[in-house]
Amino acid sequence: MAGSRMKLELSRVVQGRGRLGVLKELGKTGQCSLEVPGCLLHTHLGTVPHLTQETLRTLSNLPSVTQVTLSNIAEHQEVLEEFKDGVTKFAGLHDTVLYCSLHDPATPCPTGYTTNKTVSVWGSGGRIELTVAKFMALQKTVQPDWYQSMADGETWLNNTSRKRVRKSVDRTLAHLDECLLVHQQSQELEGVEVFGVVEGGDILEERVRSSRETAKRPVAGFCLDGLQTGSMDQALRTQLITAVTKELPEDKPRLLQGVGRPDEVLACVEAGVDLFESFFPFQVTERGCALSFSFDISLDPELAVLELDEERGTSGETQQNGDLNPDDQSLMTSFEINLKDQRYKDDFRPLVEGCVCYCCQNHQRAYLHHLLVTNELLAGVLLMIHNTAHYHAFFSALREALANDKLDVLKTRVLGESGGRQKDLTDTDKSE
Amino acid sequence: LAGRTLSPLALRVVAECPVTKARACDLTLPHCAVSTPVFMPVGTQGTLKGITVDQLEGLGCQICLGNTYHLGMRPGPDLIEKANGLHGFMNWKRNLLTDSGGFQMVSLVELSEVTEEGVKFKSPYDGKEILLSPEKSISIQNSLGSDIMMQLDDVVSSTVSGPRVEEAMHRSIRWLDRCIAANKNSDKQNLFAIIQGGLNAELRKVCLDEMTQRDVPGFAIGGLSGGEEKNDFWRMVTLSTDHLPREKPRYLMGVGYAVDLVVCVALGCDMFDCVFPTRTARFGSALVPWGSLQVKQKQYAKDFQPIDPECQCHTCKKHSRAYLHALFKSDTAAMHHITVHNIAYQLSLMRSVRRSIVEGCFPEFIRTFMKRLFPSRDLYPGWAVDALASVNVTLE
Repeated sequence: MAGSRMKLELSRVVQGRGRLGVLKELGKTGQCSLEVPGCLLHTHLGTVPHLTQETLRTLSNLPSVTQVTLSNIAEHQEVLEEFKDGVTKFAGLHDTVLYCSLHDPATPCPTGYTTNKTVSVWGSGGRIELTVAKFMALQKTVQPDWYQSMADGETWLNNTSRKRVRKSVDRTLAHLDECLLVHQQSQELEGVEVFGVVEGGDILEERVRSSRETAKRPVAGFCLDGLQTGSMDQALRTQLITAVTKELPEDKPRLLQGVGRPDEVLACVEAGVDLFESFFPFQVTERGCALSFSFDISLDPELAVLELDEERGTSGETQQNGDLNPDDQSLMTSFEINLKDQRYKDDFRPLVEGCVCYCCQNHQRAYLHHLLVTNELLAGVLLMIHNTAHYHAFFSALREALANDKLDVLKTRVLGESGGRQKDLTDTDKSE
Repeated sequence: LAGRTLSPLALRVVAECPVTKARACDLTLPHCAVSTPVFMPVGTQGTLKGITVDQLEGLGCQICLGNTYHLGMRPGPDLIEKANGLHGFMNWKRNLLTDSGGFQMVSLVELSEVTEEGVKFKSPYDGKEILLSPEKSISIQNSLGSDIMMQLDDVVSSTVSGPRVEEAMHRSIRWLDRCIAANKNSDKQNLFAIIQGGLNAELRKVCLDEMTQRDVPGFAIGGLSGGEEKNDFWRMVTLSTDHLPREKPRYLMGVGYAVDLVVCVALGCDMFDCVFPTRTARFGSALVPWGSLQVKQKQYAKDFQPIDPECQCHTCKKHSRAYLHALFKSDTAAMHHITVHNIAYQLSLMRSVRRSIVEGCFPEFIRTFMKRLFPSRDLYPGWAVDALASVNVTLE
């Protein structure tokens, strides 16, 4: 049975203010735990982008759950079958819990290839079509500790018809039932947990239907799909998530896919989300930026405002990175600084004052600027270290704020006095 | 440390091979001691591609390279000076050697024009014309603050012959004198001369005679490793070391292939640099005692061994060929893993070479090394056999 061995122990639940707790008994040994709200460690095939284990180890307090995606894995099925010992061992990872998702949240994939019986992922060699049978065969070679069931989430495009949304809900439920059937009959997947996937696009009734139906199945938790950054504005997202979480059991975790921006994270936590994917630091890195937003609520409020204003003044206008496809979420946010900017050429301060990551302890903005201007590989390494550290520290601060009833203070700190973002990106994000 | 002596460089010959011309030395430089023979990885633009300075230190690297031409362009000497020199800018606490920018004359020849004044470059970034003179090169290197600086030499491709070679050799001598005069930090930075003369023994000898009369702390053998016949290459190397002082380090520029390193150590060279090991890594080529392994090739997709089961580097301790093969399809970290391994390989090779010289069994080492690298005797490169024979090492 796709059991619910993982246990969600909630210490605080406040309606409209989020949940705080610990997800326990994770992994095959049942020894690991993950604090919520929290995020998983986003990887490419078990490697945090740009980082070898040596450089990764400069970071502390990383999540105990590593995320891998079938879009990176599917093309290696034969290799994994011959290897026999699963992705964790294949990647040389040791004490980690492995979660396997379908798609890579950092890379939106082409649409129009989903059928009643199949979904597609894109590997380095092109499109790979997955039936439930193939999907489950892959899970057997990956040997994750938990995985999301196969799902059709192609509802995030503008003007997705109601009919299409309904189909995605129906198909996803059908896939879930088929996955569970295979799962229950597979000895190799004994002890592995399955998350059901809630679909429904931007249609409230479909979201409710999907939640209710998925909740009836014996799953360990729920993925919320089709709500990713760029698919809708936060107000609608909050509304939908609130409605969805009303239908889901309190004692099972909710993982929101494809959302990583700090403002969206805060709003979604308030709406009842427990887990996020940590691909946002990677996206920030790829555009040559460093996360710089403050989440330190221990500061003197007046000083805090001054600091915020200074950073705002230097972060510049939204700059489109000319190298990237404008169709993706590559636009800079107000939470980061663009180190390619001339202003950093002789700025000898660390990326973020007080940050204890390897990059900030050893290097300066001017050096990062130089590395970016000269297209040096080390830029990606150092930025990934900093952005990962910063992002996970943000989640830590979020949990602390929830524990001490200081969520509003945190929101002001992160979002600024207006409580909103500096740049409205939703108009430009919906570009398909 | 060298600070206690008058010179920023001190060389102590620890052992000399009784059979070949090889030496093992302790080279004391301002930032730390360096054990020779040494291979110096190249970090052209103030970084070793994809590798942090901590990783480089962890690999045991004691000295690496930066490039004056590139750093002089971006971010420029003034900024680096503000950042406490190149050491401060990249946060590297050990030694740095900077090349003068001379080699770019050859590698970027479309963009350059040489006169007695210096080399005129047209910047590839903004089309502006820059004059790199001996004075300018030294000025930039003074700002960079490297422990070893190279003179600006008039570099001619080793495949060129005729009067240009002679002209360049003589000009290099004149430019050496200008560099010596221009060095503002002779108490902290060591200026090395570069022996030129192409593949012409007479010209080389003239250059050696002249340059060894100058009071410089070290000598480089330049103008080689540019595509010339290996038979000519080794003869020029050995001619050069025959006429270079024993008590000063000999730096053979641009050499980094394993065979070349071992042979040229036997011919009396102490220091080497080359982009090859780190560049080839980024293409998935891992260096191993029996040659190289192209990790991206299909045959390694299901090979669950490490690159080299006997290698102690992090890559080999943690990952298999199959994993790296797969990783190359999804993440840049794959390149970094191979880069780390290749640097480890090069440094480990030099450590073994040094150990065998100290223990008095370098010729044995050479034989074992060659046997491992080449599947059979008839595949030994002819030039290497000849070069080793010239220093009394016969390979079975």
